[in-house]
Parts: sequence; C-alpha cells; structure tokens
Amino acid sequence: MTDIHERPALSPTAFLDVRDLRIHFATDDGLVRAVDGLSFSVERGKSLAIVGESGSGKSVTSLGILGLYNKRNARVSGQIFLDGQELVDASPDAVRALRGQKMSMIFQDPLSSLHPYYTIGWQIEEAYRVHNNVSKAEARTRAIELLRRVGIPQPDKRVDDYPHQFSGGMRQRAMIAMSLSCNPELLIADEPTTALDVTVQAQILDLMQDLQQEYNSAIILITHDLGVVAELADDVVVMYAGRAMEYGTVSDIFYSPEHPYTWGLLASVTRLDRERSERLQPIPGNPPSLINVPPGCPFHRRCRYEALNGGKQRVERPALEESGPGHYVACHLPVEERRRIFRDEVATLL
Amino acid sequence: MPNVIQYIIRRLILVVVLMWIVSMVTFAIFFLIPSATGTSPAVLFAGKAPTPDTVKSVEIKFGLKDSIPVQYAHFVEGIFVGRHFDNGADKSYCPPPCLGFSFVNNQPVWNEITSDLPVTLSLAAGASIMWLVSGTAIGVLSALKRRSFFDRAAMGLALAGVSLPIYFTGLVLLDLISYNWQILPNVHYVGFTDNPLSWARNMLLPWISLTFLYAALYARLTRAGMLETMSEDYIRTARAKGLSESRVITRHALRAALTPIVTIFGLDLGQLLGGAILTEYTFGLIGIGHLSIDAISRQDLPVIMGVTLFAAFFIVFANLVVDVLYAFVDPRVRYS
Ligand SMILES: Nc1ncnc2c1ncn2[C@@H]1O[C@H](COP(=O)(O)OP(=O)(O)OP(=O)(O)O)[C@@H](O)[C@H]1O
Ligand code: SF4
Ligand SMILES: [Mg+2]
Repeated sequence: MTDIHERPALSPTAFLDVRDLRIHFATDDGLVRAVDGLSFSVERGKSLAIVGESGSGKSVTSLGILGLYNKRNARVSGQIFLDGQELVDASPDAVRALRGQKMSMIFQDPLSSLHPYYTIGWQIEEAYRVHNNVSKAEARTRAIELLRRVGIPQPDKRVDDYPHQFSGGMRQRAMIAMSLSCNPELLIADEPTTALDVTVQAQILDLMQDLQQEYNSAIILITHDLGVVAELADDVVVMYAGRAMEYGTVSDIFYSPEHPYTWGLLASVTRLDRERSERLQPIPGNPPSLINVPPGCPFHRRCRYEALNGGKQRVERPALEESGPGHYVACHLPVEERRRIFRDEVATLL
Repeated sequence: MPNVIQYIIRRLILVVVLMWIVSMVTFAIFFLIPSATGTSPAVLFAGKAPTPDTVKSVEIKFGLKDSIPVQYAHFVEGIFVGRHFDNGADKSYCPPPCLGFSFVNNQPVWNEITSDLPVTLSLAAGASIMWLVSGTAIGVLSALKRRSFFDRAAMGLALAGVSLPIYFTGLVLLDLISYNWQILPNVHYVGFTDNPLSWARNMLLPWISLTFLYAALYARLTRAGMLETMSEDYIRTARAKGLSESRVITRHALRAALTPIVTIFGLDLGQLLGGAILTEYTFGLIGIGHLSIDAISRQDLPVIMGVTLFAAFFIVFANLVVDVLYAFVDPRVRYS
C-alpha cells in the first residue's frame, strides 16, 4: 500500500501513464502546440484534476487519451499507457475497442454532445451494445438501470425521451449513464458540472464519487472550479500553454504551491472553501497564442517574479522538476526562493 | 403521439387557408388580365370577331355579369360539386372538379390538365429519384473525401450543373445522344402503361438534364451539411462510444445531415409537378408547363387559372408532406 504522498508521480506501473505527450495541429495559421510535453499518471481508484485557464489544452489532452483527434491535421507524439497498453502508436481499431469500454468520457456540453434525433435510451443502449454482445431487450434493461442509478426519476418512462425533453442536469446525468454503461476503468470528465446549478453540481459530483468507489475506476476531472478540485481530487496538474506548470497532490497544490501561475489561480478564488464556480481570470494579460509560444518559460510575460530569473526565463524552458516527494514544479526560481515567496508574500493573500 | 396528430391538424388547417388565399388570387387574374388588355372574358371566349349577340349569350351562360363575389362563389362551388352552364339555348355540364371551360377549344379545363399530367408526373418522378440519389451520394462522398480529387471534380461539375440552364444541357444532350450518335433517337412521350421500357428510354434525356441541374444543388447542400454535422459534438460522442467509423457516418452523421434535404426535396418536387416549362419545351414534351405557356399566349383565362391553382396546390401540398415528414424525422419538431 503506497501513499500518494510518497509514490513517484511518474510511476511506470500506474494505471494510466502519460509521458511527454505532444499534440500539435497543423492549421492555416501555423502549428498549434495545444499540448506540448505533458506527463502525469493516475492510479485505479484515484482522481486527478487538470486545472488551467481556458485554452490551456485540457480538453485536447483528454480527447488525445481517447484517441479522438483528427488524424488529418493532428500530430501526436509521446506515450500513453493504459493498464500497460500503449495507445499513441496503437492501431486506431485497437484504441477504438477500448473507447467506451475501458476508458470513457463525459463531455463538456451535454446538450450538443447527445444526438438530437435519437432517444436517450437508444443512445445508451448503443454505447452498451458496441462492447457487449447482448439483445436489444437486455440493452434496454441496462439503460433503464443506468438511468435509475444516476438518479433519473421514472427511468422506465424517461428512457424513451429525446435529449431536448431533459433538463440540463438530467442530460448531464444521462451523459454520465452513457459513459458508465460498460463500467469503464478510466473515466474522463471534462467540466461535468459547468452548466449546472450548485445543488445539481453537488449531486453529480457525489454520484461520480460513489461510482468510483464501486468500480475502483481512475478519474480525470477537468474543471475551472478549484472548490471541486479540493473536494474530489487526489492529485492535480496545473496546465498552462499545453504544459504542466505544477503537479502534485491536492495538499501540495493548495497548501504549499510553488509555481507563480498556481498562485495566480489560487488568488482568483477568494475564500477558497466557500466560493465556487468562479472562472479563473486573476492573472493579468492573456495566455500566449499556442502558435507562437514564447521561448523559455511560457508564463514569463505575465509573471510577477520574472525579474528574479536573470533573463533565463526568456531563453530556457524550465523543466518539470521534483521539489518534494511527488511534487513537481516547472520554474527557474530556486526551491527555497519559491517557498519563501509563497510563505511571505502569497499565503497571506489567499 | 397526440402531439403529432395535433401538429398535422394544424398544418392541414394552414393548407386549407393557403389554398383559399391562392384561389382568390387566381380568381383575381380572371378579371385583372382582361382589364389590363382591354378585352372582356366574354369576348375572349366568343372567339375572333364575335357579334354582340354571341358575346351576350356567353356572358349569360357563364354568369359574367354577376358580381365578383357571386362569380367567385360559383367558381368554388364548381370545384367541389360541378357546375351547370345554361343560357336557355346552350347547356353544358362541367363535372367536379370544375375549373371552367377552355376559351380555345371549349373543353373542361380539368380534362386539359389531366391529359397533360402524365408527362409532368413522369418527368418529375424519374428525375427526382435520380437527382436525389445521385446528389446526396456525391455530396456525402465529397464531404468524406474532402479536398480529394473526387471532391474537387464533383464540386466543379456541380458548379457547372447549377449554372448551366436546362435548355443548354438539354440541347447538348439531344444533339449528341439523340441526333449525332443516335443512341436515343426521336425523343417523344410514350405512356408508361403503353410500354414502360419505351417510356423510360424516351424520358431518359429529360431526366438526365433535370438531374444535372438539381443533383448539382443537392450535392453541394449535402456536402455542406455533412461537413457541418461531422464537426458536431454528438459525432465526437459517437466516436467516444467506440463505434466503427462506418456506423458513426451512417447512423449518426447522415441521419442529421440528410434531414434538411427532405424539406428542399419536397419543395422542389412540388414545384416540378406544377410544370417544368423549359424542360418540356426543350424536349418537345406536352406537360403542364407547356399547357400553361400555351394558355398564356392564347389568353385562355380559365386554363391559366386552372393550371395556376393546380400548381399552387402541388406546392402547398408538398409543403404539408414535408412538414409532416419532418415531424417524423426530427423529434424536436414533434414535441415543441
Ligand atoms: N483541432 C484543432 N485544430 C487547431 N487547434 C485546436 C484544435 N483543437 C483545439 N485547438 C486549440 O488548442 C487549444 C487548447 O484547446 P482546449 O480545448 O484543450 O482548451 P481547454 O483547456 O479545454 O479550454 P476550456 O477551459 O475553454 O475548455 C485552443 O487554443 C484551441 O484553439
Ligand atoms: S520561470 Fe520565472 S517567469 Fe517562469 S514562472 Fe518561474 S519565476 Fe515566473
Ligand atoms: Mg475544454
């Protein structure tokens, strides 16, 4: 039994292990480096949160794990191991067989992510039947059972409803029911609660936690909501411009964060424990264009401590280095300096 | 399901209202055209250089001296129950649906229309199937193989198709296939019931010309629809389920991309059933389009009215069919 505080984060035995993932898109304007050298891992039964401003590459990362990129313009390199099986170089058919079964995803916007012309039941049945050789009747029973499981009232009736007949919260539940249809071992939830009111949010998150305990699945949770992160996640990746700026346990990130970008994110949420669902806009300026990411530290144009780097931040990209057990930071500042700044200047503001 | 029935009833009421409006507008033609040309309907009907007596008896027979609302009422009545025309000396009965008698040959307008209808029906039925199948198939393939040679060639051809008038493509086809190469010589209409094979052979060139025109449009619409659908979130969801690409395309993408085509198809077909004037003239076919032009050139007012009403009926009816079909294919319509 290894404690998450002690295990090396880039464990070769982890259930999901992402190593130096790069996803670049060739576009008319140039090469978009949406994900650029990202590494993390998730164990069974654990939750990893990915946080970062809009456009930092969170969704591209999760779609990349499922192999849902357009082969025509996406260039993917690095390695993704799922339960020991490498996915980046695997054949599309091999990845497809895992998709929806071993790994599945809850999408950001449930209304546009459900097909408007098919009933909720049909769509769940389809997800179940692709991977299970069962009759239509069995699939229907399964769909009703799943809808009941996610808390849809009168599931035997609502199973024949169309997505537009469901409320926002119910659609999200239906989406969750669909992604759980084959008991996935890896569940990726891309902002599963953004569009929902607070009560429904809480219910959905409880539901995900229950299901995780039941099936011991690994969860990747993408969210803007640091409150949710604090509640649900074991580990956190802080992403910026397609890279990890900081990576560690929830307590590392919330109680001893070492990266100036993480500080900025935390500062955006005043009263962390009470206020939720605030979009992160604290840091002055905008994220860099992913076509022309500045050389060196991608954050340097917005960093308050840029001057302390002696020019290095403009030429050399800081590596993601271990600053404590399982706690990784990509910043040129010396560890003691970072800790001192956090203790003396930042912590008091949070 | 009661939703669907309600919906259909609402649409039916709309159809009745629309037809009523169309009939009034059409009826107005009957009076507007003569007043514009300065010749009364009675004079037109009575033929060349009529005597005042003949004009008078025509006026009495057809009730042309009645007030306009009364004449309209008789006109509508005729459509439903038929009409007796009588001026004492000269009696004639016009069975329902009575649209009056042709000024030119004194035949009931309804007979004129029904005798030319098979040509129009043949033209529309064959061409619409051909263009629907080929247009959507090409559109889908183009979208799936975007920027490929096939896509570029098909879209180039489609551009030619939508921009070339039917008499141009029709005449080129006739010149090459019918006259020069004698593959399908002497295009003329043969009834379907007389000889189905000969019917199809003779209709082939008109069908191809119409198909070239319409399929081009359908290919472009389908391609655009497919490209849009393929980038929808729900297509990503379908892939995320682990479905095969072919299932993603057929069950998820096509289903959504082809739905708007239903609307356009219904309307195009409805319009074509009201007569394809240029196609009929190009190939010397005597259909509803030909009848309408003929009637206009001879100022045969009852026939003009009849054909207009008839064409309008097809368009309104096609609208109804499209709306009902749409309710079946798009649940969002059904339940709103
Ligand atoms: N297929 C693509 N082609 C080109 N650029 C893309 C493509 N997909 C994503 N991008 C770009 O990659 C960047 C990262 O996008 P991503 O959707 O991962 O951001 P995100 O972190 O999920 O943001 P949000 O919080 O708004 O959801 C964006 O700038 C986006 O424009
Ligand atoms: S490397 Fe320098 S510029 Fe970049 S985050 Fe650290 S302190 Fe800021
Ligand atoms: Mg996103």
